[in-house]
Amino acid sequence: MPSRDGPAVVEVDDLVKRYPRTDTNAVDGLSFTVAPGEIFGLFGPNGAGKSTTVGILTTRLRATGGRAVVCGVDVGRDPAAARAHLAVVPQHNNLDRALTPRQNLVYHATYHGVRRREAHARAAELLDRFGLTERADRRIEAYSGGMAQRLMIARALTHEPAVLFLDEPTNALDPQTRLLIWGQLRQLRERGVAIVLTTHAMNEAARVVDRVGIVDHGRLLTLDTPTALVRGLAGDALLDLTVTPAGGDDPDALCAALGELPGVRKAERVATPTVPAGGRPGGGAAGLAGVGAGGAGMLAALAAGGGRPGAGRLAALAGAGLLGRGGGAAGNGGRGRLRIRLHLAGDPATLLGPAVTVLTARSAAVNAVDVGEPSLEDVFIELTGRQPR
Amino acid sequence: MTALDTPTPLRPTATPPSRPGTGRVFAAVLRRDLMVTGRELWVILVQVGLTPLFMLFVFDTVLGSQGLVGRGFADVFLPGIIALAALTTALQSVALPLVKEFGFTMEIEDRLMAPLPTGYVAIGKLVIATIRGLLAAVLIYPLGALMVGSAPWRPAGLPLAFVVALLGAWIGGAIGMSLATTLPVQRINVTFSVILTPIIWTGCIHYPWPRLSSVPWYQVVTALNPMTYVSEGVRGALLPGVPHLPAWVCLTVLTGVAVVLTWVSVRCFTRRAIQ
Ligand SMILES: Nc1ncnc2c1ncn2[C@@H]1O[C@H](COP(=O)(O)OP(=O)(O)OP(=O)(O)O)[C@@H](O)[C@H]1O
Ligand SMILES: [Mg+2]
Repeated sequence: MPSRDGPAVVEVDDLVKRYPRTDTNAVDGLSFTVAPGEIFGLFGPNGAGKSTTVGILTTRLRATGGRAVVCGVDVGRDPAAARAHLAVVPQHNNLDRALTPRQNLVYHATYHGVRRREAHARAAELLDRFGLTERADRRIEAYSGGMAQRLMIARALTHEPAVLFLDEPTNALDPQTRLLIWGQLRQLRERGVAIVLTTHAMNEAARVVDRVGIVDHGRLLTLDTPTALVRGLAGDALLDLTVTPAGGDDPDALCAALGELPGVRKAERVATPTVPAGGRPGGGAAGLAGVGAGGAGMLAALAAGGGRPGAGRLAALAGAGLLGRGGGAAGNGGRGRLRIRLHLAGDPATLLGPAVTVLTARSAAVNAVDVGEPSLEDVFIELTGRQPR
Repeated sequence: MTALDTPTPLRPTATPPSRPGTGRVFAAVLRRDLMVTGRELWVILVQVGLTPLFMLFVFDTVLGSQGLVGRGFADVFLPGIIALAALTTALQSVALPLVKEFGFTMEIEDRLMAPLPTGYVAIGKLVIATIRGLLAAVLIYPLGALMVGSAPWRPAGLPLAFVVALLGAWIGGAIGMSLATTLPVQRINVTFSVILTPIIWTGCIHYPWPRLSSVPWYQVVTALNPMTYVSEGVRGALLPGVPHLPAWVCLTVLTGVAVVLTWVSVRCFTRRAIQ
């Protein structure tokens, strides 16, 4: 885990923002703090007030009430001093179109007092880190959305801020670029940079952020680590087994047998999914985070350096074909297949062995195993409701 | 390059950067605009030179050859044209880019995020506008002289003409910045015509102000236009023989107007920048 020492570098205290000619507060009494070397996620539905909060913290908007402090500087009292410590990647592309990509970085650095020679060196290094060196001297209009986004993050880093604000940094980016960005953010955290980010890709962000604040209507609904949020709000872990029972075996009896395993709170039959994830009705605690080997593999890659070993191990098992004994049965179009969901008290990985033993004893074939875990998105939906804004 | 790169050994960032000096940051912001201006030099020449030079051509060469205007007219007119170039170039060269930079893309945001009081970014814009206005005035002088074949030449008056043109350019920049940061984008073009046209035609470019005593109400109207004092100041400096407003009146009025408009325009800019 990152070092999170020293006093908070971002302090938000009862922050209020009401835009002129509106009758509700866009930000309505928000409070939180961010420590050095911490990645803080600010999640919320459209119009929740995330960008407004970032706007105030980065001195682009004036607060109506409350206090916001960045690196010990009150952003309302001394915005110019606060800007020396922070950098922002806004939600929209605000690159300087009169300059080339490289000049965007060099000039940005000089706006922050970096000498030109040093600014050029940093620009070259950052262009390389973000894979933009080849296109560094072209016209900026020729940049795709993803390249512009990378360039904006690179620009934000040229003056080596102590606090970095990112408003939806991975919006509309391809997986490669998202991986690149998450990786860069981790490196920054290692170096003690505090990061505040907003995003709607919260399941992905959940593997990177240290703490999450969920806001709606400008108010903080909850604030905790992603793990605690998921555990506390959505309930327990899930193990979904897709099996083909032996001919003559009673599906309900099979289900009941699995339900008697120690550590299983409940076993239930669920509809065999046609869509692997997402399309589950009824909300509740039923989110499946890492779906199948592909999803879990991606997850394992994202969780590089200490994530969730259970998921990784399962993915490895599935990937190695150890669980694919039902290959023949799968060939029959899935007829007779059964999906059993086990609600668990502990780690799904420890239960997998006993479950497979039960199934083998009854000559049932295992077709697929999914580690079901309620995701941050489920927590989010539970807190903010299903209605689009 | 992958997401799983080991952290590269970079400068230790955790130590918060000390705040750079205001002068250095201001210079960096200014430098960006200077660079962009330098690249657009020929654009300025065209943008600036065309209208005044056509005016000179029509009023002097064309009408003069038809005997409709006297030979002395060019001498009275050229100082007015120099003054006009200074003020309107500055106005346009700050307003048009600002509308764009504050527009949909908010390109100016990066400079607004510099560790510098926002007012300085606004002042930087006025400095650039003034430089462009002065450049236009300096260029139009010889070009105009070439076109009409003669020009009032009085080296002793040049410093005063320069100071007056400088004040005129600064005022033009301030007007342009106030408009660009307060008007809705859709109405910018209309407003430019509505504002620029009276500035040009009531600004004593074509005639000395004292001679307007024949049309007293118009003389009052022109006295309300800062352009008048720029024209009169430059004309008085280059052609002391022609009746004109005293230099001290021009300088006093222009300085006063410049101070007020600087305050107004910086305020408009800041309000637009931080909502
Ligand atoms: N300039 C403005 N004037 C008036 N109201 C505004 C302005 N900007 C935002 N709002 C309102 O403030 C509220 C919060 O907006 P904000 O942009 O902070 O939301 P957000 O959480 O960033 O949403 P999104 O996820 O869509 O980016 C919204 O109700 C929005 O309509
Ligand atoms: Mg937003």
